[in-house]
Amino acid sequence: MATVLDPPTDKQPLVRRTRSTAPGGRRRHVSPLLAISPFYVLFAVFGAFPVVFSLYLSFQDWDGIGDMRFVGLQQYGWLLEDSVFWHSVLNTFEIWFLSTVPMLFLALVLAFLLHSQVRFTGAYRVAYFIPNVTSMVAMTVVFGSVFAQTGLANSGLRALGLDGIGWLSSEWGIKSSISLMIIWRWIGYNALIFLAGLQAIPTEHFEAARVDGANSWQTLFRVVLPQLRPVVLFAAVTSTINGLQIFTESQVLFQSTDVGTTGGPGQEGMTIVRYLWQKAFKDHQFGYGAAMGWLLFAIIAVFTVINWRLVAGSDHDDRAGILRSLRRKKGARNGR
Amino acid sequence: MAVDERTTGSAGLAIGAGSRLTRIGVRAALLLGVLISLFPFYWLVVMASGTTQDIYRYPPKLVPGPHLLDNMRRVLDTVDFFGSLFNTVVVAVLGTALVLFFDSLAAFAFAKYEFPAKKFLFGTLLVTYMIPAQLSLVPQFVTMAEFGWAGSLKALIIPGAANAFGIFWMRQYAQNSLPDELLDAGRIDGAGFFRLYWTVALPLFRPALAFLCIFTFIGLWNDYIWPLVVLIDPDKVTLQVALANLNVLYNTDYSLVMAGALMSVIPLIIVFVLGARHFLRDLAAGATKI
Repeated sequence: MATVLDPPTDKQPLVRRTRSTAPGGRRRHVSPLLAISPFYVLFAVFGAFPVVFSLYLSFQDWDGIGDMRFVGLQQYGWLLEDSVFWHSVLNTFEIWFLSTVPMLFLALVLAFLLHSQVRFTGAYRVAYFIPNVTSMVAMTVVFGSVFAQTGLANSGLRALGLDGIGWLSSEWGIKSSISLMIIWRWIGYNALIFLAGLQAIPTEHFEAARVDGANSWQTLFRVVLPQLRPVVLFAAVTSTINGLQIFTESQVLFQSTDVGTTGGPGQEGMTIVRYLWQKAFKDHQFGYGAAMGWLLFAIIAVFTVINWRLVAGSDHDDRAGILRSLRRKKGARNGR
Repeated sequence: MAVDERTTGSAGLAIGAGSRLTRIGVRAALLLGVLISLFPFYWLVVMASGTTQDIYRYPPKLVPGPHLLDNMRRVLDTVDFFGSLFNTVVVAVLGTALVLFFDSLAAFAFAKYEFPAKKFLFGTLLVTYMIPAQLSLVPQFVTMAEFGWAGSLKALIIPGAANAFGIFWMRQYAQNSLPDELLDAGRIDGAGFFRLYWTVALPLFRPALAFLCIFTFIGLWNDYIWPLVVLIDPDKVTLQVALANLNVLYNTDYSLVMAGALMSVIPLIIVFVLGARHFLRDLAAGATKI
C-alpha cells in the first residue's frame, strides 16, 4: 500500500512537531488524513451541502416536483404571519417547560437517592434507564391508550372518586400527557449523568465542609451544587435541544388524515417540528419547510445560549467548565 | 459498614443523616421509582395479551390475559412484520458496523498522529456536532431524492456512517488508554498506520467500542422521523414506521396494535439488558467528560 510509512522516520513518536518538516514528512500525513476523511466527505455531502441548500431553498417556492420560483424573503414573511406556526412555537415551549423543569429537578433528587445506595445499584440503573432506550413510537402508542378517555389514567381517577380528565382532548391535558411521556423517558438518563457528576466530587471536599462545621444544606448548596454545575449545564443544554425538537409524541398521538385536526384537538399538540414535517412532506411546501428549519435553528441557538448563561450564572470560571476540562486534558497530553 | 459510611458522608447530606428510618424511606422511594419506570412495559404486556374490550372496560383488567399468541399471529397476518424487522436489522447492524469502523479509525488518527490543520479539523468536527438534526430535514430529503436513494435503506445507513459524537468520544478514550510505547514497538516491527490501527489500537478500544456499538444500535433501531420521511415506498419501511402505520390503520383494534408494539420493543430490550453494564458506566463517564 502506498501509504505505508518509511521505517526510519517512524521510529520516532509522530507527535513530535519538528518531525513533520523532515524529508518525506508530507507523505506520512497521508494515512491519518485518509483515516479521518470519511467523516468529512460524508459531512460535506449529507451535512454541509444540505445546510447551504436549505438556505437556498428557503428563498424559493417549490413543491418538490415542478420548477422552483424565487420569492426572496417571502417564505419568512409568510411564516411570521402564520398563526399555526406561532401556535406550534408556543406549544413547543409550554411542553418543553412543563417537562424539562420537573424532569431535571426529579432527576437530581433521584441521583442523590441513588448515590446513597450501595446495594443493587446496577439493577436500579438498568431499571431507570430502560425507558430511554425503548422505541418512542411503541411507548407513545402505550401512553396513548393510558391517556384515552376510558383509558387507565381516567379509570384510576374514577376509582378515587374523581372526574376523568380530557388527557388527549383538552389544551392542558394534551400538554401534560406529552410532558409526562418526556419526563418518564428522560428522568433516568439525566439522573445517571447527575450521579456520575456526584461521584466525581472528591470526598475531601465533604470532609473539609464537615470540619468547618457546615450542615447538610450548607454542604449541598456550597459544595455539591457548585461542583455539579458543568453536569447540570450539559443536561440543561441537551434537554433544551431535544425538547425543542419534539416530534414523535405529537405525530403518533395525533396522526390523522384530516388536516384540520392534525396536532390534536385545537392543534394544542402541534409542535414546531411536527408542523415543519406536515408543511414540507404532507403539503409539499419545501421552501416553507426549509425556512421553518432555519427559524427552529435560530430559536434553539438563542435558547441554548440563555440556558448556558442561566445555569452557569455570572461565574466565568464555571461557565467555561466544559472548555476547561477539555483544555486540562490537552495540557496533560502535551506535558507528557 | 465502611462503604456505607462513605456514601452517607457524601450524599446522605442531601437527605438528612443516615438513620435507619431515612434509609428505609430512600429505598422505598427508589422502588416506587422503579415501579413507575417499568409499569408501562407491564401494561403493554397486559394490553397485548388481552382483548380490545379488556383495555377499555371499567374496572380495568390489571393482569395479563390468554390472547398474546393470538394477537401476535394477527399482527403477522396484518402487516409484513418480518419484512420490516429485516429492514430494521439491516439498517441497525450495517449502520453500527460502519460507525464503529470509521469513528475508531478517525479517533486513532486524531489521538495519536500529527497532521496539517489538525486543530482546525477537530474544531470543525465539534461544531458539526452542535447542528440540530431537524434543521436540514427538507434539503436532506431532496439530496437523497437526487441520489436516487429515497426509498432505499442506503439513505438510513450511509449519511450517518461516521459521526462527530463517536469520533470525539473514542478520541478521548484513545488518548487515555493507548500507550505510545505500544505503538512505537509496532513501528519498530515495521507496521504502518493501518496495521497499527488494526492490530494494536482496535483490540484496546474494545470497551469503548462496546459502548458506541450499543449507543449507535439503539439510535438506529428507534429512529423514526428520518425513515418516515425518506422511505417513500410504503411496502419497504422500518419497524417504527410500520408500527406507526399499524396504529393509524387499526386504531380501533387496540390489542392488535399493542401486540405489534410489544414485538417491536422486545429485541431491543434484550440487546440493552445484555450490554447494559458497559453501556451505563460509559454513558455517564462520557457525559461528565464532554
